[in-house]
Amino acid sequence: MRRLFFILPLLCLAGLVILFWRGLDPARDPSSLPSALIGQKVAEITLPGLGDRPGIASTDFAGEITVLNFFASWCAPCRAEHPLIKELASLPGIRVVGITFKDTPADSEKYLAELGNPYLAIGVDDSGRAGMEFGLTGVPETYVIDREGIIRYRLAQPLDAGRLEKELKPLLAELTK
Amino acid sequence: MITEIGHFALVLALVLAMAQASLPLIGAQHGIRAWMALAKPAAIGQFVFLLVAFTALIHAFVVSDFSVVVVYQHSHSQTPLIYKISAAWGQHEGSLLLWVLILSFFGALVAIFGDNLPPRLKARALAVQAMIGVAFMLFTLFTSNPFARLSPAPLEGQELNPLLQDPGLAFHPPMLYVGYVGFSMAFSFAVAALIEGRVDAAWARWVRPWTLLSWTCLTAGIALGARWAYYELGWGGWWFWDPVENASFMPWLMGTALLHSAIVVEKRDALKAWTLLLALLTFGFSMLGTFLVRSGVITSVHAFAQDPARGLFILAILALAMGGSLTLFAWRAPGMKAGGLFAPVSREGSLMLNNLLLATATATVLLGTLYPLALDLMGGGSVSVGTPYYTATFVPLVMPLIVLAGIGPLMGWKRGDLKGALHRLWAAGFLAIAAMGVALWIDFGQQALAAAGIGIGVWLLTATFLEWTKRISLFRIGLGASLRRAFGLPRAAYGMTLAHAGLAIAIIGITAASAWKSEEIRQMRPNDSITIGSFSYVLQSVAPSRGENYIAERAHFKVLKDGQFYTDLYPERRQYMVQPMPTTEAAIQSHIFGDLYAVIGEGDGKGAWTVRIYEEPLVPWIWSGCLLMVLGGIVSMSDRRYRVGAPSRVSAAQAAPAAGE
Repeated sequence: MRRLFFILPLLCLAGLVILFWRGLDPARDPSSLPSALIGQKVAEITLPGLGDRPGIASTDFAGEITVLNFFASWCAPCRAEHPLIKELASLPGIRVVGITFKDTPADSEKYLAELGNPYLAIGVDDSGRAGMEFGLTGVPETYVIDREGIIRYRLAQPLDAGRLEKELKPLLAELTK
Repeated sequence: MITEIGHFALVLALVLAMAQASLPLIGAQHGIRAWMALAKPAAIGQFVFLLVAFTALIHAFVVSDFSVVVVYQHSHSQTPLIYKISAAWGQHEGSLLLWVLILSFFGALVAIFGDNLPPRLKARALAVQAMIGVAFMLFTLFTSNPFARLSPAPLEGQELNPLLQDPGLAFHPPMLYVGYVGFSMAFSFAVAALIEGRVDAAWARWVRPWTLLSWTCLTAGIALGARWAYYELGWGGWWFWDPVENASFMPWLMGTALLHSAIVVEKRDALKAWTLLLALLTFGFSMLGTFLVRSGVITSVHAFAQDPARGLFILAILALAMGGSLTLFAWRAPGMKAGGLFAPVSREGSLMLNNLLLATATATVLLGTLYPLALDLMGGGSVSVGTPYYTATFVPLVMPLIVLAGIGPLMGWKRGDLKGALHRLWAAGFLAIAAMGVALWIDFGQQALAAAGIGIGVWLLTATFLEWTKRISLFRIGLGASLRRAFGLPRAAYGMTLAHAGLAIAIIGITAASAWKSEEIRQMRPNDSITIGSFSYVLQSVAPSRGENYIAERAHFKVLKDGQFYTDLYPERRQYMVQPMPTTEAAIQSHIFGDLYAVIGEGDGKGAWTVRIYEEPLVPWIWSGCLLMVLGGIVSMSDRRYRVGAPSRVSAAQAAPAAGE
C-alpha cells in the first residue's frame, strides 16, 4: 500500500506522456487548417500573366496535375520556401504555377530575377480576388489540384522539407500514377 | 569562421558532457577516485566551450552575418544593437543554446564551489547534470542547430519580431531560463541522493541555495514577462492564464513548495521522501514548460515556431529523465529512514500544509492547461479554459495558503502553540477585517471575493511585520536591545520577511487590479476628453514621429485631475519598417494607488482616432511586491550558513545516524 504511493508519480507521468505523444500526432497539427475546398472544383478564375508569361485560368487545370503556389515579393516566408518550390518544379509529370498576391509586377519580376523562376505560368492577383476565391489566409499558401481540376491538398503556411517529403511527394506520386 | 568555431565548441561541449555523464558515475559506484574527480574539469570545460559557442552566435548577430540562418530570420542590419544581441536568444535555436549554457553554468558553479561536498555525491550530481546536458545538446545539434548556414547569403535579414523589441523582454528569457534550468541542480542532487539512498540535513543545505537562486530568477523573469505584456500588448492586462504563462508559473509554484520543504529537511530531518519528489517534479515541470512552449502541442500567443519533430524529441527527453528519476524514486525512497517526528500543529505541520496546498494549486493549473488538449484528443471539440476556471479553482486554494503564511512562522518546531500564535496576531486579524470592510464599502459589496483578497493581503502583511517585531522583541526589551537584535537576525529570516511581505503586497495589487479596473474605448478627435474617476484625459494632438527602425503616430494627452493639470501622456502606435506589423506603446503614468494607462489605436483618416483609456488600480503594487520577493530571495541567499563551510556530514550526522559507507 505504502509502495503504491511511491509509484503513483510514475503512473501520472506515464499518463501525461501518452497524452502528449498523441497530441503531437501530425494529423492533429493545429497549424494545418482544414479547407472546405478540398474535394471541390477550383473556382472560376482568370488572371493575366506576369510580364509576357502565360496567365492562369481555371480551365488550364484540366488534364494536368498542378501545384499552385501563392506568393508575393513582400513576403519573407515565401523566400524561405522558394528553394522547395524549385524542387517541386523539377519533379516529372506535374506543373507548378504561381499567383502573385497583391504585389506590383515590378517587384515580382525583381523577386524572380533574384531567386529564379520555377513557375510555368504566373497569374497576377493584384486585387486579391483570386485569393478570396481560394479562402487564402495569408501568403504563402500551396495547393495541389488533380487532373479533374479538383483541389486535393492545401497548405496554409510555408512549405518545409518535412512536409515536402512526407505529404506532398507521396500525394503527387499517387496522383501521377 | 567564428560561427564554425562556435559550432565546433558546441560539439566539444557535448563530448565533454558525455564523459562527465558516465565516468564519474561509474567512479562513484566503484570508488575510483580519479574517475570521480574528472567531473570537475569536465563541468568547467563544458561551460567554457558553451560560452564560446554562445559568444560566437552573439557575434554573428552583432555583425549581421546573414549567411547564418537564424540571423537571417531574426535580425536586420537596421535593428538597434541591443535587439541584435537579444535576438540571439529571441528565437528557438539560440534560446536553446542559452538553455544548455545556463545548465552547464550551474554545473560549473557546483564543480567550483562544491569542494565541501562529499566527493561521491558531487560526482553523481554532476554526472546527472551532464546527462541532462547531453540530451539537450543532442537536441540542439540535431533538430535546432543555431549555426546552420544559408547559401547564398541574403543581403538583408527579416528582423526580430517587433513585439520582442523591448528592453524588458530582452532580459525576460535569460532570467526565466536561469530559473527553469537552475532547478536542474536540485534535480541532479535529488537523483544523486536517491542513488546513494540517503538524504540528511546537510543535503538539504546544499540544495537550498541552488533552489533559492532559481526561484529568485524565476520570480523576476515571470514579473518581467507580465510587465511586458502589460505595457506592450496594450490590453491593460498582465496575466492571461495562457498555456505558456502557466508553463512558467507551475515550476514557480513547485519551486516555492520545494524551498519550504527543504527547510523541514534541513532543520528537522523530516519530509525527506516528499522533498526529493518535489525536487524531481519541480525540474519536471520546467521541462514540461519547455515542451509545451516548443512543441506546438498547445496553441499559444507566445510559442516558438512549431514543429512536431522537435516536440517528439523533447517529449522523449522528458519521458526518459522523469521516467528514470521517478522509477529510482519508487524503488529507493520507501527505504529511506524517516526522520524527526512532529505534532500536526507545529512549524513542520504548517509547512507540510503549505506544500499540500501549493501542490494542489499546481495540479489545478496543470489541469486547466492540459484540459483543452485532452478534450480535443478525445474528440470532445475545442474549448479554451479561461480566467473563470482559475478564479474558481486556483484562488480558493491560495487563500488559505496566504492565511497560513501569516501563522506558520509563529509556530514552534515539533509542537506549536496555535492559540498563542493567533493571540499574537489579533492586530493582523483586526486590520484584515477592517480592510475587507473598506473594500466592501468601496464597491457596495459587489465583489466579495475581491474584498477577501484584500483582507488576506493585509493579514499577511501585518502578520509578517508582527512576526518580525516578535523576533526582535520590540517594545519588550527596550529599543536599543531590539535594534541590536534586529541587526543580529540571520539573513534567512529577513529573506522570509521580505518575501512574505512582497507576496502580501503583490496579492493586494493583483486583487485590486483584477476587480476594479475600468476602461473606456472611444473615437476621439483633438480636444475631446474622456473622464475616468477623478482624471480627465484631453486629446491634444496626434503627430507622426520616427524611431531608429520604425515610424509611429504619437498622441499627446493632457491629463487633468479635478480640473488641475496632472501630467502628459504620449502613447504611440508604431509601424516597423521591415515586418509591417503595428505595435502599440501604451503610455503609463504610475502613482501610489494605480496607473493611468492610455493607448492610441487606428485613425479613421478623417481626424479621429480610436483611443483606449484604462484606470488600473494598484498595479504598481504588483511590481513592487515581486521586487520585494526577489529581494527576499537575494537576502536569503546571502545567509551566513551557505557561505561558511558549515555543511559537513559529521555535524549533520547527529540527526541521521550514518548508515554504512
